[in-house]
Parts: sequence; C-alpha cells; structure tokens
Amino acid sequence: MYQIDDLTKTYRQGKRVVRALKDVSLTIGDGELVAVQGPTGGGKSTLLQMLGGLDRPTSGTVKLDGKDLAGMSDTQLTAARAETIGFVFQNFNLIPTLTALENVETALVPSKIARQSRTARALAALDSVGLGDRGDHLPGELSGGQQQRVAIARALVKNPKVLLADEPTGNLDEETRDEIVDLMVGLWKEQGLTVVLVTHDSVVAARTPRRLRIAKGAMKELPPR
Amino acid sequence: MFFTYLRRELRNRRKQTVVVAIGLAVAIALVIVVNAVSTGVKDAQSEVLESVYGVGTDITVDQPAEGPGEGGGPGRFDFGEGEGEANEDGTRELAQDRLSTAMGSTPFDASALETVAALDHVSGVAATLGLQNMSFSGEMPDMEEGDGPVTMQMGPDGSGQGSAGGSSFEIEQFTITGVDPDATAVGPLTTAEVADGRTLEAGDKNVAVLDATYAEQQELAVGDTITVGGKDLETVGTVSSTTGDGVATASDAYLPLATAQTLADLADQVTDVYVQVDSAENVDAVAAAIEDELPDASVSTQSDLAEGVTGSLSTASDLISTLGTWLSGIVLAAAFGLAILFTVSGVNRRTRELGTLKAIGWSKGRVVGQVAGESVVQGLIGGAVGLALGALAVWAVNLAGITLSGASGGLTMGGPMPAGAVQGGDTPPDGGGAFGERADAFADAGNAVDIVLQAPVSLWIVLAAIGLAVLGGLLAGVVGGQRAAKLRPAEALRSLA
Repeated sequence: MYQIDDLTKTYRQGKRVVRALKDVSLTIGDGELVAVQGPTGGGKSTLLQMLGGLDRPTSGTVKLDGKDLAGMSDTQLTAARAETIGFVFQNFNLIPTLTALENVETALVPSKIARQSRTARALAALDSVGLGDRGDHLPGELSGGQQQRVAIARALVKNPKVLLADEPTGNLDEETRDEIVDLMVGLWKEQGLTVVLVTHDSVVAARTPRRLRIAKGAMKELPPR
Repeated sequence: MFFTYLRRELRNRRKQTVVVAIGLAVAIALVIVVNAVSTGVKDAQSEVLESVYGVGTDITVDQPAEGPGEGGGPGRFDFGEGEGEANEDGTRELAQDRLSTAMGSTPFDASALETVAALDHVSGVAATLGLQNMSFSGEMPDMEEGDGPVTMQMGPDGSGQGSAGGSSFEIEQFTITGVDPDATAVGPLTTAEVADGRTLEAGDKNVAVLDATYAEQQELAVGDTITVGGKDLETVGTVSSTTGDGVATASDAYLPLATAQTLADLADQVTDVYVQVDSAENVDAVAAAIEDELPDASVSTQSDLAEGVTGSLSTASDLISTLGTWLSGIVLAAAFGLAILFTVSGVNRRTRELGTLKAIGWSKGRVVGQVAGESVVQGLIGGAVGLALGALAVWAVNLAGITLSGASGGLTMGGPMPAGAVQGGDTPPDGGGAFGERADAFADAGNAVDIVLQAPVSLWIVLAAIGLAVLGGLLAGVVGGQRAAKLRPAEALRSLA
C-alpha cells in the first residue's frame, strides 16, 4: 500500500531548523495494521501527515498504490484524501454545530453523492460503530468515546483504502480506550483496511501485529510480541 | 449540506451575526435615507425651477443687464414743469405709467429664437419678453414752490409710498411676461393651469391673462381691465401654478408676445429664450453651441439654475451633499470593516474545524465558498434589516412634513419679482422720482416657493442597498475565505495538537 523511501521533513522554528523525519524508509503492505510508537516530538504525527498527504516532504518519496504523493498537485492530493484516505484524530475534530449524522455526511460531500444516498450511507456507518440511534445528537451531547466513534464512522463512510489514526485513544479513559481499540481492530479485520495507528500507549500498540518506533526522526522496527 | 452548515454556523454565532448585520443595516439605512432625502431635495429644486422656467426647460438664454443707464434706470419717473393738474393748495396731481424690461435683463433680437431652433438636438424653443409695469400716482408740490427732499417708504404690500414737503404718492408695480400663445411645449406657462376664463390663444391681441394669486390680491377678475404701459387690456383669464397650492406663477400678468412688444416699444425684441433638448446627454453640447452662436447671451442649464436656488432648500442640499454623503461613506466603511474583522476572527477561531474539513477531502474552493456564503448571508440579513430601517426613517421624514423654502435667485436668472416690491429713494432736488437703485433688493427677492420635502425610495436604491449589503458580505467573505484558503490542514491540526 505504502512505499516510503528516504523521507526527510524539516521545519523552521524561528532560526532553528528541526528535522522531524530523517531518511525514513518503510513499506506498509495492503491490509496491514501498524502501530507507530515513540516519544512526544519524535516524528510520529509528522509521518502520519506525510502518509495522509496533509503535508509535503522536504525530500524523499511517499508512494500510495504506486503514486508519489509528493509529486501530486493540491487538487490531486485533495481528491486522494476525499476518496482513499480516512483520518481519525486525537481530539475527534467533529464540527460542533452539526449533528453526528451530518458530521459523518461531511466526508461524502466531496464525492457529490445524492443527498438521500449520502444520508443512508452515513446512517449505516453510524450503525457500524454502534451509534445508529444517536444520529441527531450534537457532538457536545455525546461522550468522548461516542464522539470518537462518530469520527471513525466519518473516516470509514467513504470506504477508504487506508485509515490513519493519530492518537485515537489519547483523550479517552481506559475502558473507552479499549472499546475504541476493539472497534478499530474489528473493522480492520472485517473490512480488510490498511490501518496506521500512531500511539504512545503501549497497551494499544500491543493489540497490533506490527509495531514501529520513531524517536528523533529516525524509525526502527520493533519485534512482534 | 452547504445550507445546513451555513444556517447552523450563523445560529451558533448569533451574537456575531447580529452585530455584523446591525452594522450593515445601519449603514444601508443611512445610505437609503441620504439618497432619498437628496432625491427629495433635488425634486424640490426642480419644482422651484419649474415654477419659474416651466416644465421641460433644459436651457435658458437671456442677456444680463449692463447696469442702470443714464436717467436712473427704468424706475425713474420724469415730470415736466407744469405737468399734471394743479390743486388749489399748491400741489399738483401727477400720474404716470412706465413699462420697461424686467430688472436685470436686457432685450435682444428675437432672431435668436430661430438661431437656437436651428441647432441640432433642440426639440423645442419659446421666447418671452419679461417686463415690469410701474405706476406712479399722487400729489407733489408744485416745482416752483417745492422745498426739501421727498422721502419714500415701503408699504406692507411692497408698494412704494412717500410723503415729504407736501407730497403724497403711491407707486405700484407688477411683472408682465409676453408669451407666444403658439409655443406650448416649453416656457413659463407650462406649469400654469387655467383657474378662470381661458389662457392666451393664437390671434389674441390687447388682452391679458393674470396670475390667480395676483388677481386675488388686486381684486381683479375675468372681464376687468388692467393698465399696462398706459393702455387698458381686458383680462380674459387667470392661471395658477401646477407646482403647489398658493404658489405664484412666474409672472403677475401674461400678454401675447406681439402686444407686449408693441406696448413696450420693443418690436422684435425678447428677454428670454427657453430651450428643450432632445436628450439629457446633449444639454451641455447644445448650451455650448448656443454660446458660440450668441456670444453676448447668458446661457444657463438646469444644473446652473439649480445652483442659483437659495433658501433652506439650498442649505438642505449642501448638508446632504457634504455631511450626508461623508457620514454614510464612513459608516459604510466601518460596517464593512466590522464584517471583515468578525469573519477573519471567525476563521481564526475555526482553524481546527476548517483544517479538518480540508483533511477529509473538502477542496479549497468548497471551504472558501462556505465561509463566503456565511458572510454573504450575514450581509443579506443586514441589507434586509437596513431596508426596513431605511424605509421607516424615510417614512418618518415624509411624515414630519419638513418644509423647505427655495428661491430661484431672482432677476439675475431672469425670474420674476414679487408683485409690488419697490424700494423708494430720495427725490432729487429737481423733482424727478429716482428709483434706479433697486436692483440689489430685487436680486434677492426671486420667486420664493415653500415645498414640503417628499423623500422618495426608488427601486434602484433598493437594489443598490441590497447590492451594497451583498458587497459588504462578499468583501468579508473574500478576506475571510482567503485566510481559510491559505490554511494548510497539517498546520491547522498541528497547531491544536
């Protein structure tokens, strides 16, 4: 699914140049579930942004299904994010003024699907995360775990090939964390998705068959447990 | 989704929406009021001008007076020794009618009418002869026995009265306009309607039509005679102004042009030419052409004449064109600034939200469209409230019935003078009545008209107001949208991580 070669990303922070990723090379196969661990500021989120086409590398290539994301135009990257890549964020990032159902529908807006079909698919996605009866609730009326479920439904409603999750359990208590991890692992098994899960939580990482570690921008493969 | 999201956002940011909408509403209302009042003032100015120059006159041509000549001007009465009837008490009964051109104007050859009529884009012309008739009647000391100066005093009706050294006399004057009964398209009678009897007709000779207000003042009616230049003329009708109740027409009396020319001994002479132009855009060109053809003439367009309107109308016009315009401009700019500021601050607050939408595949255009759409709707709400506010304010202005007084600038523009307005002067030792210093007094008199301000709200100003509101919203949307467009999803998400 992903072929990453010599990926380097540097930022300028004032007069200081920060190397977030240093010559990272990596292959992630179709249908893999990979956890990326590491300390805060080590480069985990930067790697995820490169995989999701949210940012461009300073050097190196990030190929998704053989196509280099770095070489794509903004319009092509937008289309890739709309069709192929699903995101789940630590803070859920739901639109506070839209209901759970409408939040899920936002992911289908770029596809220009007819309203009726869009609503039906959004309802089905909410159902698949166990929130079929909460469609008309605003995010503020839902618990953290429920909000993250809505975010997962939003990521999956467009049937993406890849699911990228950035600390999806970072803001949840242990019980809810386990529910969310169960849900994600279940969906991965069920739908055959490629999932890259950034986490600093070893318990979460332990649930994945493959673990990577990034520290100071350098990547290392961890042995399977 | 666009409208759902838009509606929810505006409802969620109710306070901001209300502040922006109120800002725009106040600005739009102000623009509407200033425009409506400005149009009302312009209409009032046109009404004042129409009361003098008639409907449809685009240009007037006259020849300014060169100043009083020898003999003290047209108001001077000369009495020869032994003239009049001697009384037993040593005084002499004297009476004299004097017909002359109206103060401030000089007669010129009537061929100017043909010259102007032959010009391109001229669709109608009419010539008039403006005259004033002054009548002196009273007793004066016999010249051989006369001692001391004679003092003149203005009576309450404007007529001149005097008494000194045993003299007692009255001076009455009224204005006359000689008009061509065939020329009905332009001219002073286009704003006059028959009050009684009939108006002048082709073939009329030695007859007069009186202004109804003047006739009432002088207790004259159809069938009575008036004396003009010493000749009695039959009154065949009275006319009143169509520009308002109680408004006097341009002149006290109207005579057939040929009769007026004969009585004033001004054959083939006129004092004013009224010109109608086929289209407003040709007015300046025609005025320039007339100036070329008639270099001695004074040519005035409607806008020149409007500048000559004086009184509270002129003050209102100045106030609207300066303070009103500046105020609405400043408030409009402030409202636009407020809308932009709030929109940009809204985008900054929604960095994560908009960044997330971009991350899940919303295009730049869709995100910008969403932000701009919200601003435009805010603008439309402001526009709608502003329209209602503006309409209410204009309604209040109209209800208040503000009366503006306007004068056409008097003789300097060829306008009429009020009946009987005469200022007396000292009689020189030789006994001749000298009234030649009256020009200044007449110059300010003009044709004062009271007009109730009616501020109209036209369709185009409604459309312009909505346009301004949308423009304000769009400006805010474009600035806010540009900020949203520049937002890179990674940075948006990173900044909040």
